[in-house]
Amino acid sequence: MKMKEKAREITALPALPVPDRDHIQGPIDAPIKLLEYGDYECPYCGQAYPVVKEIQKRLGKRLCFAFRNFPLINSHPNAEHAAEAAEAAAVQGRFWEMHDVLFENQEALEDRDLARYAAALGLDAQRLISEVSSGAHVLRVREDFHSGARSGVNGTPTFFINGARYNGPAQFEELLEALVDSV
Amino acid sequence: MIGKATRQLALAGRNSFPGQSRTGPADYIFMNATTITNSPRTQGHNNTSTALTAGTPAPDFALKSTPDQVVKLSEFRGRPVVLAFYPADWSPVCGDQMGLYNEMLSEFQEYGAEILGISVDGPWCHSAFSRDRKLHFPLLADFEPKGEVARLYGVYRASDGTTERALFVINAEGVIHWSYVSPVGVNPGADGILSALEELQELEGQ
Repeated sequence: MKMKEKAREITALPALPVPDRDHIQGPIDAPIKLLEYGDYECPYCGQAYPVVKEIQKRLGKRLCFAFRNFPLINSHPNAEHAAEAAEAAAVQGRFWEMHDVLFENQEALEDRDLARYAAALGLDAQRLISEVSSGAHVLRVREDFHSGARSGVNGTPTFFINGARYNGPAQFEELLEALVDSV
Repeated sequence: MIGKATRQLALAGRNSFPGQSRTGPADYIFMNATTITNSPRTQGHNNTSTALTAGTPAPDFALKSTPDQVVKLSEFRGRPVVLAFYPADWSPVCGDQMGLYNEMLSEFQEYGAEILGISVDGPWCHSAFSRDRKLHFPLLADFEPKGEVARLYGVYRASDGTTERALFVINAEGVIHWSYVSPVGVNPGADGILSALEELQELEGQ
């Protein structure tokens, strides 16, 4: 019963960037809000990564972007630890740097690679790896996943624009158009 | 023999289904659809659908999940069952509908629910697909007579020789509590299923 109550509690997370909870770039009161559910080992998320960067450049302060974890662990054996490593980097104040490094190095996401990236970013790599090994961020990643499942995530990447699932391709022109049209 | 069957079916799987378009790269099958704006939860039923609806007793069936194992729906009486009809094994993406449900098994289990995938593919094909995608729930072969169970549930697509992409949540008494038919090219996700399971749990608690 406890488990069930917990599941219900978690479902309260909306498909919008949540201040003080989500990892957010751009002003929280921006007119356009983009939320991505992604998996660091998913090749299509890797392809979407530079697209989002371009979109951010184009829309500037009009866009608020947030990223949540949706690791497909049966297909992607390193996705869970990669997600937890990004959360561990967030504890040290460097979520986005780690997020970027992971998407730029999707072919090398084993624990030793994660430690290497942490060190290269000037983080306490030992602490990061020990948090990943001890499962310190499992619940956070799980909560992201739960919220995605409840909001209608149907694969990765899935984007939500101002709370509504975006069903088009994760390509620059199409995504930009949908974002601009949303306001 | 398995290898040969797998190879043939894998080849067949590369052809897309009519009405299914892949407009760009993503870990799921994209939709063709200006029509799709809502999630299954808010969208409800297709008006034209012949699928069995809420309140209807779920027709029982016995289908092979592997060449030597048979799964009978009525064996699950006493807990909720999610029946997920899908057009075919081997869709060429890694986060396809069955792959997604595979990742969500723990969510379904929190409601004590069992999930069963069903397509017209044969049990050898299912075995190979299941192994390849590391699926941890049964895929049932509605193979001979082809699509018989799909017809019972009103979700056979005679034009394609496959089933619709259709979801049924069946309660512990074997009655359909919720059903949904997705446009065949659209992966409906799991939010509608989870909402239905939550409703069942709440009804049970009353």
